[in-house]
Amino acid sequence: MLNSTLAELTAALAAKKISSVELARLCLERIGRLNGELNAFISFDAEAAQSAARAADARRAGKGPAAGPLTGIPIAFKDIYCTKGRRTTCGSRMLENFVSPYDAHVVELFERAGTVLLGKCNMDEFAMGSSNENSHFGPVRNAWNQRRVPGGSSGGAAAAVAARMTPAALGTDTGGSVRQPAAFSGICGLRPTYGLVSRYGLVAFASSLDQAGPIARSAEDLALLMNVMAGFDARDSTSVERPKEDYSRQLSLSLKDMRVGLPKEYFAEGLEPGVRGAVEAAVAWFKAQGARLVELELPSTRLAVAAYYVIAPAEASSNLSRFDGVRYGRRAEAPKDLADLYSRTRAEGFGAEVKQRILVGTYVLSHGYYDAYYLQAQKVRRLVARDFAAAFGKCDLILGPTAPSTAFELGARTADPVQMYLGDIFTIPAPLAGLPALSVPCGFDAQGLPVGLQLTGPHFSEALLLGAAHRYQQATDWHQRVPKETPL
Amino acid sequence: MPISHEEVLRIARLARLDVRPEDATALLERLNRVLALVEEMRRADTSGVEPMAHPLDAVQRLRADAVTEADQRELYQSVAPSAQEGLYLVPKVLE
Repeated sequence: MLNSTLAELTAALAAKKISSVELARLCLERIGRLNGELNAFISFDAEAAQSAARAADARRAGKGPAAGPLTGIPIAFKDIYCTKGRRTTCGSRMLENFVSPYDAHVVELFERAGTVLLGKCNMDEFAMGSSNENSHFGPVRNAWNQRRVPGGSSGGAAAAVAARMTPAALGTDTGGSVRQPAAFSGICGLRPTYGLVSRYGLVAFASSLDQAGPIARSAEDLALLMNVMAGFDARDSTSVERPKEDYSRQLSLSLKDMRVGLPKEYFAEGLEPGVRGAVEAAVAWFKAQGARLVELELPSTRLAVAAYYVIAPAEASSNLSRFDGVRYGRRAEAPKDLADLYSRTRAEGFGAEVKQRILVGTYVLSHGYYDAYYLQAQKVRRLVARDFAAAFGKCDLILGPTAPSTAFELGARTADPVQMYLGDIFTIPAPLAGLPALSVPCGFDAQGLPVGLQLTGPHFSEALLLGAAHRYQQATDWHQRVPKETPL
Repeated sequence: MPISHEEVLRIARLARLDVRPEDATALLERLNRVLALVEEMRRADTSGVEPMAHPLDAVQRLRADAVTEADQRELYQSVAPSAQEGLYLVPKVLE
């Protein structure tokens, strides 16, 4: 049962082959058994989960509000989602003991749908990181190889889904934080179009980039999750007003004559051979289904990384100014004055990477540097968006690797921030342009580590991306393989 | 253009971040690596390109000037490090 997809679990719950209480118990047992090794969860509450599962079973039995497709499905949230009455740490010492007084909009939507919240997943502090080594609560380990990172920043959510501790989890993606850990962990993750999912109640990192995204084993499952989470919310000023969609509607889409774009920058030098081999085999599969391959150029790809590492820290330095020891979170002991209260609270509460990004952000926004850095980065951002606009005149979607490498070893990239940042080269462009993109497993390298294939589409093309990825998953079984280090 | 030790301390003050002198050197080295990455972008030709502040080029939605939130002051102040009678308490600013 633990190896079933959401779609299969939904059917099993509807057919009364299993109860939500049993399903929650299986997941909680597995979390209890594996969390000591993987450190995927910061907190979990077995009693609350069991009580939610009993309520879900009652709904399926006809008591209370009508059951929906996901009623009784266990789910986990990255610890960046505010959850009422539960700790919401954002992976930081600053919020170590913060209990949110309210729920994020997405949390409310899943609660209304009747899902069962298992717990809150580990993450890089304030979502700043690509390896989940920046958490105050310790690193997360990759379920495929525990000496390796699970990716980041939604590393706990990805490891939890990969290790079958939960069938689905909700992450966030600012520069790749859903897709890259999904790729490193052999599962699926979607970053939706900017504004499609409400960010109300998500701890803000870089507001012109942040998006909530689902993580699960299959594209079909991602569509089920999107059907719950997407939609207008007046409480998020960047929420897009548009009619509700059924994200499962293109699951039987034909790939014949679909124009598939292959940017030469995504297949340039620097790709690990194992990644190249798996991605090229996936491209060949699309061609064999009748898709037409279109060669493209996205010349601003490398500049995109530099622009991102100006824009994201700039916005973070502004967003994180709210952590000052006054209204919530940590406060330094015995401050001698207000300035001391602010600067010591922040020095004690933030970890090294967060401080570094706040300083970079403060610098690029400071007097005399704004035009040269921040404004220039926003112009480069437009160049990146134009590259994509031109590309989508020639193709329906773009294929490429999600990351240039597979999961690296813990500690391998911590000494040099730039080496870490350049690993985000393929996941950064889509957020700069506000585009949806997803990662789907497409094979393994010689060390047995999973490789992710990234599909990027025009704004609001989620159903198309999910359909194309689903067709690929019907023909492959990469997503069904269970990590050897966490056998069922 | 690498930044100096003094500049790091100046930025840290602007960011209200207490940086210990013994940490400043390592921090400076990391910041300069990041700024070297960013340098490539500064050389890009962007003449005539409009800055992009919003990925969909949308403007923020305005709402009617009407009360939409209930008063939850007590609940929200219950998570404050120090609050009393509806006020957040901080060290004395004026003697």
